[in-house]
Amino acid sequence: MLYIINYGLGNVRSFYNIFKELNIPCKISSNKEELKKATKLILPGVGSFDWAMERIKDYSLIDTLHNLVIEEKIPILGVCVGMQIMAKSSEEGVSEGLGWFNSKIKKLEKDTKLKSDYILPHMGWNSIKILNKESILDNIQDSYFYFLHSYYFDTVDKNEVLALSNYGVEFAVAIQKDNIFGVQFHPEKSHKQGIKILKNFANLK
Amino acid sequence: MLRPRIIPSLLINEGALVKTINFANEKYLGDPLNTVRIFNEKEVDELIISDISATTNKSEPNYQLISDIASECRMPICYGGGIKNISHIEKIISLGVEKVALSSAAINNPELIRDASNILGSQSIVVVLDMKKSGIFKNKFRIYTHRGKKLFKENPINLIKKIQELGAGELVINSIDKDGTRTGYDHELISYVKEHIKIPLTIIGGCDNKYDMKSAIEKFGLLGLGAGSLFVLKGKYRAVLIQYLNTKEKNFIFSSINLI
Repeated sequence: MLYIINYGLGNVRSFYNIFKELNIPCKISSNKEELKKATKLILPGVGSFDWAMERIKDYSLIDTLHNLVIEEKIPILGVCVGMQIMAKSSEEGVSEGLGWFNSKIKKLEKDTKLKSDYILPHMGWNSIKILNKESILDNIQDSYFYFLHSYYFDTVDKNEVLALSNYGVEFAVAIQKDNIFGVQFHPEKSHKQGIKILKNFANLK
Repeated sequence: MLRPRIIPSLLINEGALVKTINFANEKYLGDPLNTVRIFNEKEVDELIISDISATTNKSEPNYQLISDIASECRMPICYGGGIKNISHIEKIISLGVEKVALSSAAINNPELIRDASNILGSQSIVVVLDMKKSGIFKNKFRIYTHRGKKLFKENPINLIKKIQELGAGELVINSIDKDGTRTGYDHELISYVKEHIKIPLTIIGGCDNKYDMKSAIEKFGLLGLGAGSLFVLKGKYRAVLIQYLNTKEKNFIFSSINLI
């Protein structure tokens, strides 16, 4: 069963409705005992890095997640800040991330010689360039997705990058390391192409 | 390349969808959830939903309705109306809304913006300013609250600067003079505020068609293009029709500027 992790952050019911329409069985849960039954996990997110980590801690989910994702290799998809907290740390806050990627979250403006055009937050529909069409980006076109963030995932290992976007700086917007996936944009709010990514994830063998 | 966002702006009064002219002459349109479903089909960029009864009635946000809308929406939403404190904001974000719009609460207590953006990040904190010309000669732009009835006396530019320093992630400027008139965006108002704004700016009020949208971004660059009447009403008798632009019309609007 696919579980959508409900830690008070992000649109769990949007994911739920999409999977329901796709006839993919799924459940919403914040209960660590129940989540142990998961065969797939979605980690949604809207908000700041520290806020997200605090909520994960509130629900005492850190050990459960580490166990499911690292030991049992359950596929997980992190969305927006749900992807960012998979890194070690962020310039946005002081909390320690889940640390599944040896990466840091950086502010978009610091690495760019920003023209005044590149105002923050990076808000709206931006195009992506797909580098790896396997797995979750199977059959996805280089099209527009909805972004809402000021910080980006600074990948250390280029092999982890599935797709890039550009906003003053080129940055990873879809990543994968073994069973761990992340997207910076909001697939649940990106219409057909976004729904297709969620379907691909749910159908991963 | 980042595209300008084309955003239907929907008003809710006591749970029903309505449309106004100059913030008055309310017309009943129907059920908000049905409208959201239609906008899903049309692959809308984003929605702005404002509950205009909440602040004026001094009531809390209608969480059940917000939750229903958020879970139905396949596009991002910005919700505003009746939000007074951090716990309201946290609750709304937890219901699955991407962006929370603050208006009178932020105008009267700008520190709320700092607290909210510290916790949730700037990207989720939007400030909406309702503006129109006022004074004896109707020659000075001013900010109003409570559906255009209450004048905020301070200089709008000072407030606009303060809002950004405190961490707002987007400004929505609503032209009361242009609301529902379908006579084009208020270029004078946009010129007045634009140079002071270093965060995403969305404009609402007066848009009648794709030409209005095109001319606004030709003149002012990347803007969020909000519209009410255009997406919910048709013809001089203002018949209710939920509609959106198709890809061809969107490309026409974007064709005149260099996307970044």
